[in-house]
This record gives sequence, C-alpha cells and structure tokens, in this order.
Amino acid sequence: MGRQPSAEAVIETRGLSKTYRGGRPAVDGLDLSVPRGSVFGFLGPNGSGKTTTIRMLLGLIDATGGSARLLGEPMPRAAGRVLPRVGALIEGPALYGFLSGRGNLRRYDAADPTADPRTRDARVEAALERVGLSAAAGKKAKAYSLGMKQRLGIAAALLQPRELLVLDEPTNGLDPQGMREIRSLVRALAQDGTTVFLSSHLLDEIEQVCSHTAVMNRGRLVTQGTVAEMSAGARGRLSVTTPDGADAMRVLKGHGLSDLATAESPEGQTVTGELPGPGEPPGGPPPDLADLNAALVRAGVRVRAFGVTRASLEDVFVSLTGEGFDVAG
Amino acid sequence: MSRAELAGQDGRFAAGADGTNPGGAGAAAGGRPSARRVWPLFRSEVLMTFRRWRTLALLGVLAAVPVLVGIAVRIETGGADDGGGGGGGPAFISQITNNGLFLVFTSLAVTLPFFLPMTVGVVAGDSVAGEAGAGTLRYLLVAPAGRTRLLLVKFAGTMVFCLAATLVVAVFALGTGVLLFPVGEVTLLSGTTVPFSDGLLRALAIAVAVALSLTGLAALGLFVSTLTNSGIAAMATTVGLLLTVQIVDTVPQLHAVHPYLFTHYWLSFADLLRAPVYWEELLRNAGVQALYAAVFGSAAWARFTTRDITA
Repeated sequence: MGRQPSAEAVIETRGLSKTYRGGRPAVDGLDLSVPRGSVFGFLGPNGSGKTTTIRMLLGLIDATGGSARLLGEPMPRAAGRVLPRVGALIEGPALYGFLSGRGNLRRYDAADPTADPRTRDARVEAALERVGLSAAAGKKAKAYSLGMKQRLGIAAALLQPRELLVLDEPTNGLDPQGMREIRSLVRALAQDGTTVFLSSHLLDEIEQVCSHTAVMNRGRLVTQGTVAEMSAGARGRLSVTTPDGADAMRVLKGHGLSDLATAESPEGQTVTGELPGPGEPPGGPPPDLADLNAALVRAGVRVRAFGVTRASLEDVFVSLTGEGFDVAG
Repeated sequence: MSRAELAGQDGRFAAGADGTNPGGAGAAAGGRPSARRVWPLFRSEVLMTFRRWRTLALLGVLAAVPVLVGIAVRIETGGADDGGGGGGGPAFISQITNNGLFLVFTSLAVTLPFFLPMTVGVVAGDSVAGEAGAGTLRYLLVAPAGRTRLLLVKFAGTMVFCLAATLVVAVFALGTGVLLFPVGEVTLLSGTTVPFSDGLLRALAIAVAVALSLTGLAALGLFVSTLTNSGIAAMATTVGLLLTVQIVDTVPQLHAVHPYLFTHYWLSFADLLRAPVYWEELLRNAGVQALYAAVFGSAAWARFTTRDITA
C-alpha cells in the first residue's frame, strides 16, 4: 500500500446495487468513496436508499450487484475481520428491554469475538460515561426514554476503539441539549482520528459537523464532495431593502445580477438577485459588495438594508433532490 | 485502553496503534469459530435466557405439574395401595404410592407429550425471530457475532433450556415424591429390585434422555425461527407443528410415517427402567433426533447465512 493513510478510502463502493424481489432498484450503481478521517454526511430523502446502503456496507444485506470495501477489505466476505473495528448505529437503537442499560452493553460486547472479557466491565463503564448514562445504567432499558435509548445505542458503538463509526440518524429523539452533546462527541471522535459516517435528515447538523457529504436520491448518488464545495456550488443571493425598488433593480442588473425579484416589505421594497459567480462576466472579477452598495447610493437609491444570504446546504439539497414531499416509491 | 493493547491480545490488528490503521494490514487468518470465541456469547445467551421472566414462568408451570400430580395421587389413594397396574392413567402412576421415586417417571411421562415440548417450542421459536423482531439481531451481527456462530449459540442455548426444563420437572417430582410417599428399593419394570441409589441414577439418566429427545424439536423450532421476524409467529408455528405431529402419531392409518416422527419414540425412556436396559428404541429415538437436528439444523444454517437482515 503505497498510498498515504489519510488519502485512503475507509468506505469504497463500485457500482453497488440492490434490487429487492420484484421491485425497482433500491440502490442503483452506487460509487461512494469516504476518505479516512472525514466526517461524512450521508443525505437523502426518505426511501432514497440510504439505509439499504448502510446495511449492505455492514454485511446485513447482500448486494445484487457491484462491490463494497470497508477499511480496505471486501464486504461481506471479511466481515469477521472488519466489523470489530467498526461501530454502528443502524436505524435507531435496539435494546433488550428486560436487561439494564449496562446489561445490554455487556450482551453486545459478548457478541464480539475479539472483545476481551477481562476488560469488558471497564469498557462498558467508559462507554456509559462517554454518553452520559452512568447514572441510569442500572435501570431496565424498557424504562428508558427515546433519547436515553439513543445514547445507549451510541455507547454500544463505542465499546471498543473504532476506526469507523456508522451513525444512522444519531440525534433522533434527542432534546437540543442531547443533540449538542452528540455533535461534540462526533467532533471529539473525529479529532481522535475516527472516521464518522453520519446519516441524517437534519441538514444544519450535517453542515455543522461534517467535512464531506454525499446526497442520494432514488437509489442513485446525486453528488459527493466536501461540504465547502457543495455550499460554494450554490451562489449567494443579494438582498437590498429600499423605497426605490425600480432604480435598485436597474442598477443591480447593470452589475451582472441575475434572477432579480422584488417583494413588498414593511420597510419598502426588497429586491433580491443572484450574485454572478466567479469568472462572470468572463475575464472580469466578481463584483465587490462594497462597490455594489456604492453604485446603488451613487444612483440615488436609498438603501435601508443590504446583505447576502448564503445558500444553505438545504437549498443545495432541495435543488438536487427536488421539492416534492412524496416519498420515493 | 488503546488499540495497541487490543492488538497485543488479539494478534489481528497488525499495524496502526495510532488509530489510523490502514485497513488491509490486519488480514491475518480469521473467522473459524473456536471454543474461546463462542464461549462468552454462549454464556451471555444462557444468562439472558434464565434472567427473563418468561423463562421463569415456563419453568414454574413445569414445576407445578409434578407437585399437582403428587398431591392428586396422595388424595385419591389416601395412602393405600390399590395393587395397581390395570388402573389406566399415565405410565407408572400406580407405583407412586409404593415408591415416591416413581413420581419422577410419571411426571416426565405426563409432561413429555405437550407441556415440556411446548416450553421448548417457545424458547426455540423465539430464539432468532425474537431478536429479529426486537432489532437486536442486526446489532449482534455487526458486533460481529457471525451468523454461524450465533446460530450455534442459539441452538446450544435452547438445548440448555431443554435440560433445565427436564431437570426442573424431575427435581420437583423427586422432592414431592419424597415428601408425600415412602421411598426405598426400586422394583424395575423387568421385576428386578435395585437399591434406591441405583434408582436415582436411572432417574437422572432418564432426565437426560428426555432432554435429548427434545433435540429434534429444538432444531425444528430454530429453523422456523430463521424464517420470520416475529417471535410470536415462530413460537406458534413450532407449537402448531408439534401438535400436528403428535396427532399424526396417534392415527393408526398413518403408521408408515410414525417411525420418522420426532415424537414417536419419546416414551422410550421407560426402557431405562429395565435390567438389562432395552436399548433398541432408545437408540432409534437418538437416531431420529440426530436426523432432525441434522436436517433442520442445516436448513436453518442455509437460510440464516444467506438471509437479508432488514429488521
């Protein structure tokens, strides 16, 4: 292996596909590449094939086409070697209600043939501590709230030092405080060198913690790259509030803004428009916002408010997967 | 706890004590389920089975049967010997008043057709399907428990339950028998009289034989359990199959299939109460159980190792 470890893909799929009996493909020719050390946000509407992909990666479901490699080894063939180094939370936690939180972790740890029984108690306590469940560890899991179950599920993924964590909707059911804790936990784990593969429908969450992202729609990969690239791909919109809407539009149009629109607002009119991207017009530098403002004022436009709304990941996401609310069927 | 320590214990993670192990380096020989790797999961499985209220309730029902039979016999006979034999009722029941040890044999004969196998059907049917229904199966498999290893552990756990259930019946029967009836030298079915200690040993051997008689059912239940994500459905199917087989076994017109039914030689355990022991039916029973275990064990393995875990 001549490559740098940091450049190596922790998850790599080639044409990975899954067609359930008699249906359209749930996952269709997926080429996914998750770099080591990244916090990778895996996005997609409900029913887009995220969970099927995760299950194939972990060897729970057999692919009907293509191949998947986890930590450089083929799955599911090398599951016994690879999975001890992978922690996972798949479609929410699943617990034995009649066991205590601690009992649940012991059970899952006993299922890992590489786990040392002599260090089990210490590792279980450390994992409980890490997710803030030490005080409730003796309670029966059926008495746990959804958020506590979620924490226990994450604790199970942290029973051993992992190279890769696969977290499917990790903040589901958590209160805002819990969400913050999980986010900081993810950041801390990433700092220790663990690659985190995070699926979530909370886009601002992805934007806050992830370095890379991929978007699935209808079983296909729509895009993948760094979060910065994705956000940069969508241009910002300039918004000007003024009593002199018509003049403002004329000036902005002259400076290369496109998709201009005017809306009535309590303070007059709000004119919005898409800023030209880099290199538009060809050869010319992108307009400086200060110059734009000066030009407006010079043209006698009285400016009450002036600012740029950056495109959020949500805008990018919706533009890639469509506005429709219907679940892909 | 660093990865370096793990590497030391396991010898699998060749490189990467710094947490950036470049994957393929750990490609040492892996995967054969050795005893050392199976033991912790087996231990966890057994502990978990006997920690469940459901298991304790089933065992409680089984414990109640010999106590009730003992009390009923005691009340009915008023302690007098009816010189029995032709009185009908379950096997050995007329001998109980002479020797409390016979309550063990009577209780096993009473519980073996339905009570005992039904509890086994519940435990075996729920073994994989219950985990699938609760979603815990996916976490066991990514732990990674390994599908073959998990199936072996589930089967072994069910067999432990079979033995425990049989012993519960036997021990409660012995206790009740000793309390309510005289005990002493045991007259075997062949007419020979043996010391009480010999009788106790034979009772233990019979309990083990009864537990082994349940092997076929345990394998059948395990197979059914791999077919569904509903523990209840698997339990009901297994118990339903048991009832069907028991009914078929009583229809004389179907005598041609009788020797292949897993219940057919169940009462052969009585042959251990002869001197010398009649081995023929006992061995046939063992053969049928082994056959069922092989066929349904393989079917369960074939199904479980290729199945998509979507629950």
